[in-house]
Amino acid sequence: MTPVLETRALETTTPVLELDDVALSYRGSAAPVVRDVSLTVRAGHSLALVGESGAGKTTLLRLLLGLARPTAGTVRFDGEPLALRDREQMRRFRRGVQCVFQDPYSSLDPRRRVGAIVAEPLRSLGIADRRTAAPKVAEALERVGLPADAARRYPHEFSGGQRQRIAIARATVCEPRVLLADEPVSALDVTTRVKIVDLLAELKQERGLTLVMVSHDLSVVASLCERTAVLERGGVVEQGDTARVLGDPAHPYTRRLVDSVPRLPG
Amino acid sequence: MKRRTSPADRANRPNRSYTLIAGCVLAGLIALLALVSLVWLPYAADDTSGGRLTGPAADHLLGTDKLGRDLFTQAMTGSRIAVEAGLGSVLVAAAIGVTLGVLSAFAQGWLDDTLSAFLDILIAFPTLLLAMLIVAARSATLGSAVLAIGLAQSAVVARLVRILVKRVLAQDYITAARTSGTSWPRIVAGHVLPNIWPTLVVNLALQFGLAVLAEAGLSYLGLGAPPPNASWGRMLQEAQATFTTAPAGALAPGILLVLLVIGVNLVADGLRDTLDPATRRRRA
Amino acid sequence: MTLLDIRGLTVRTADGRTLVDDLSLTLGPGERLGVIGESGSGKSLTTLAVLGLLPEGMTATGSVELAGTQIVGATEKRLTTVRGRDAAIVFQEPLTALDPLMRVGRQLAEPLRGKRRLTGGALKRAVAEALEQVRLPEPDRIARAFPHEISGGQRQRVALAMALACEPKLLIADEPTTALDVSVQAEMLALIDTLVREREMAVLFVSHDLAVVAKVTDRALVMKDGRAVEEGTVERLVRAPREEYTKALVTSARRLESALDLRSAP
Repeated sequence: MTPVLETRALETTTPVLELDDVALSYRGSAAPVVRDVSLTVRAGHSLALVGESGAGKTTLLRLLLGLARPTAGTVRFDGEPLALRDREQMRRFRRGVQCVFQDPYSSLDPRRRVGAIVAEPLRSLGIADRRTAAPKVAEALERVGLPADAARRYPHEFSGGQRQRIAIARATVCEPRVLLADEPVSALDVTTRVKIVDLLAELKQERGLTLVMVSHDLSVVASLCERTAVLERGGVVEQGDTARVLGDPAHPYTRRLVDSVPRLPG
Repeated sequence: MKRRTSPADRANRPNRSYTLIAGCVLAGLIALLALVSLVWLPYAADDTSGGRLTGPAADHLLGTDKLGRDLFTQAMTGSRIAVEAGLGSVLVAAAIGVTLGVLSAFAQGWLDDTLSAFLDILIAFPTLLLAMLIVAARSATLGSAVLAIGLAQSAVVARLVRILVKRVLAQDYITAARTSGTSWPRIVAGHVLPNIWPTLVVNLALQFGLAVLAEAGLSYLGLGAPPPNASWGRMLQEAQATFTTAPAGALAPGILLVLLVIGVNLVADGLRDTLDPATRRRRA
Repeated sequence: MTLLDIRGLTVRTADGRTLVDDLSLTLGPGERLGVIGESGSGKSLTTLAVLGLLPEGMTATGSVELAGTQIVGATEKRLTTVRGRDAAIVFQEPLTALDPLMRVGRQLAEPLRGKRRLTGGALKRAVAEALEQVRLPEPDRIARAFPHEISGGQRQRVALAMALACEPKLLIADEPTTALDVSVQAEMLALIDTLVREREMAVLFVSHDLAVVAKVTDRALVMKDGRAVEEGTVERLVRAPREEYTKALVTSARRLESALDLRSAP
């Protein structure tokens, strides 16, 4: 596909998620955590939000998840401004946009069985009841490579990587279009990290899932996301195709990030 | 790298806590006395047929008081009143405390400030004064004492619940529940309460012991259950003058009180070990 | 002459699980050794055992000789003279390593006063010098700050300054850059490299990340499940790993890194 064609294709589809000149400041603090951020997430074009601590990555993610309201600008879902009080729209939104967290230890309720954890979006969004949820849960668990009997066990019986698989099963059980992931592999060991990256790539490929990933790990970003936005102190300093942004950085901050990645010898 | 408590360690640990068993035996004995007193007593509460201040004997196991009433009978009714006072106060404290605690954990801005100030005042307010106010407004009954003790304790429970709930709310699984579309009431019922439960139960067990002591104190001062129902506190008060000549009247309720409080505290310790082990294993 | 001689070190928990199993390694004065492993490999426990800092309930058997002192079974009094003077440690999370209620300058002054017997003006100068050594800007401001008032990178530099305060012969670094941002990590690794070179200190560098270890040490030991798997130069381990586990580790790391290479081709 030539770059021209690709650009045209980009323009014709309505973005699933869109941030339009969004800013957020917390009460009592003068400087905004996020300022003048405009981003678009189109189906099939996974987006990485790259930056270091204090860059505002997590705040952006909360805005994209409808967990926080911007102090300026608009968050749009399927072209409509996201209204956190509009129950009907929020239900559609939650069904279409799910999330995986960084820490697989605190993201699973220790007192619930895995089956109930994975079924939660189905039950809460009214997609299935206790009986009809079971086969969907089993399917979701199988999809992420966990044994069927996992549903009867508790989170503590699983390793970090397996827990992250459970979290991914929960986030994909209601067949969302967008998966927001907050540093989904940074708490995992290297060998496990590769496997979870593979799983996410597979879900992208086979289920047409679009990823929006917050990460500081450029190799993971390069493995999974077509597009990259680089954040520094609450603002986007550079965004575009990942190959271009990371391969030929235009902004000195991006260059510094790329150069800082430790490489294996040889 | 990370240190976590794994509930697996809990599950694999041998499932017997000697403290818990010892506590259950002690508290159970008193509870048994209390239960039996409901259906059978050696003598009627106002039976003054025995001699005055007799020592322990076959027909009066613990002897009699200065009016000739059977001390063992009094000790049994006292057990019942103590257990009722403990349970009643803890119920009041739990109902009000958990509600206020959860509310204040969610409250923000002025509501948060108001609730915190209210709890602080309630904690600082002397239980004795509260009891006197309630007795003045109603009458000196066991119910008044229980209400006073429960109210005072509810502030302590509320503060604890507030901290516990805030800690749970900061966990990612709460955010995950929100992004799953779960409503706040269901998050509280399904995630928050089950996760604060173990710590809360241990604390309520401790509050039970404190409530029993407080009730004894109040009835010693005449602010508890009215005669002829003997409570341990009033037995102590009545036996005070004749302690040197007839110590059984003071020793019996005193020892029972100590046994019950120790028993309940042991139960609390045992529960802590089984539900929420402080000795946490490290993941290497 | 060897500085650190570990022979047959075994660490067990109170209930008999073996966490470090018959580990042996040696380190001469001025030598550097990387210890590579994933979570549960026993790498961190090994470093703790070197300073007799094992958590309560764990017991060490075997032999750990540090600058001629037998650490296994040594009294606390004996260990106190060894810590700081013969070997000092920098942990992963500087926030937990520093006392949150004490100003940075006072914390740094403690080891200087204790082991180098400095007081008054000399002590103050030594604190400032120590902070300058780790390339902290405005040492006076940092000295007056509380740990939470400075950034994560700055805190880790303070922790490094504390470790170097008594000029130990061996620096133990346990995942010293894992909690830091990528660009800060690069600076920190370079700093450790320079400072250790200037002082001709030996280093035991523990990390899960091969590429990070390669920045500081030439030789490395791979650990898994408490056992030493393979030892050699980092270059050899990366180019021609002999053991299955090392191969898996290297392949995983390479896989992630290669994503970055493909994209960055101009």
